[in-house]
Amino acid sequence: MASFVNSGFLAWLRRDLLLAYRRRGEAASPLVFFVMVSTLIPLGLTPESARLAEVAAGMIWVMALLATLLSVDGLFASDYQDGSLEQLLITPQLLPMPLLGKITAHWLTTGLPLTLVSPLLGVMLSLPTSGYLPMICSLALGTACLSLTGAVGAALTVSLRKGGLLLSLLVMPLYMPVIIFGTATVTYAIDGLNWLPPLSILGALFAASVALCPLAAAGALRVTSAN
Amino acid sequence: MSWQWFHRLGSPRWFYHNSARWLFWLCPIAAAVLLGGLVWGLAIAPEDAKQGNSFRIIYLHVPASFLALAGYYIMAIAGAVGLIWKMKLSYMVMKSAAPIGAALTFIALFSGAIWGKPTWGTYWVWDARITSMLILLFLYLGVMALQYAYHSVDAASKAGAILGLVGTVNIPIIYKSVDWWYTLHQPATIKFTSAPSMHADMFQPLLVMIVGFYLFYAVALILHTRSEILRRERKTSWVRELLNEKNQSKADKQAGKS
Repeated sequence: MASFVNSGFLAWLRRDLLLAYRRRGEAASPLVFFVMVSTLIPLGLTPESARLAEVAAGMIWVMALLATLLSVDGLFASDYQDGSLEQLLITPQLLPMPLLGKITAHWLTTGLPLTLVSPLLGVMLSLPTSGYLPMICSLALGTACLSLTGAVGAALTVSLRKGGLLLSLLVMPLYMPVIIFGTATVTYAIDGLNWLPPLSILGALFAASVALCPLAAAGALRVTSAN
Repeated sequence: MSWQWFHRLGSPRWFYHNSARWLFWLCPIAAAVLLGGLVWGLAIAPEDAKQGNSFRIIYLHVPASFLALAGYYIMAIAGAVGLIWKMKLSYMVMKSAAPIGAALTFIALFSGAIWGKPTWGTYWVWDARITSMLILLFLYLGVMALQYAYHSVDAASKAGAILGLVGTVNIPIIYKSVDWWYTLHQPATIKFTSAPSMHADMFQPLLVMIVGFYLFYAVALILHTRSEILRRERKTSWVRELLNEKNQSKADKQAGKS
């Protein structure tokens, strides 16, 4: 237990949460984006609730993905600018653990709020009642996968001036399995099928990302922050 | 077993000098196999009972798809070798493999679209294999974009290698999930007309074309790598000497003419 406390995970988690708390406006913008884009869908598609219900699950997932993608860009950006990233790189702890702390803080400030607000969007897009619980479960697991995978992309592009656009190009193909199984969980539930299998695969993806993504992000940060 | 051959591979200069000899043999063989396979496939092989002559695009489509996927692994392995053994040459191979692979992926998608029009009546369907190929193209474009984004060659190489490795872990997952997604949403209107097994008369030229594409890939990769070597090593003395020799022989020729 002591080794976990000293691993740097908790320290960086606390620091990033504190930073997010102090910049509340910035932290809230992915959430606002998520809610605002959802008003575009009835305007662009149709206000008919029957047709909205058909696309609601997929749309909510696509918006959640885009909102995460927009925010993951800032995961290392401010640390790189003010030099604290270099301090992170020379910490005595193994680099993946502090990174995991940072990624957890990112999920707590973007993925979790998106998940909590998603039922509201479900109501606005007239998602069938049976879809709510699966949507919350799949979003909670899926956004964690998105944060973890996005961290690798953010680490690869942190020192580039126009990294944001490149980041989405790098990360988008890697997001496809998550969105496939995320929407499948919701559509299965709406169709009255057992929705636990796709959710379990999402869980497997999450487990694999937790194990591998911090390692890849650590390797990427060592390469990119040097130049 | 001696590891000398492996260490020698790390030297771009050694590769540059020896690859000229390899190309001397590889180019004619690749051209001959490709030409033979094309003539056999396009002219001699029998017509398909259902699709007529339009099936013949398979001789371009399938080998290109093969190499598009294999090319990603070649690129990722080259990047991994660079990360592990710190070989400059393998980074150059990795960088050269990306545009070739992307081009082959595009050829596979494009020829598939052309083939789809007469057989399925549409250029594009959201089929599992087509979608996976499209995602593969995006993965290639990501590696290429990352390579071009960095000014420092070293950072570009290592970042590209890491992204390639991340992609390698993801490709099987992406393929499986797209497969699964397709069986969930399978549209009923499209039926694959190609039989599960091909007749030997049609299959043999396809094999020749696949071998030909592999040879062509090797030639393209070596040519690309050679120019990349010259670009990155342009400040070294051996490249300058090479250039001086070339200029000298050119000047001699012109002097001989006049």
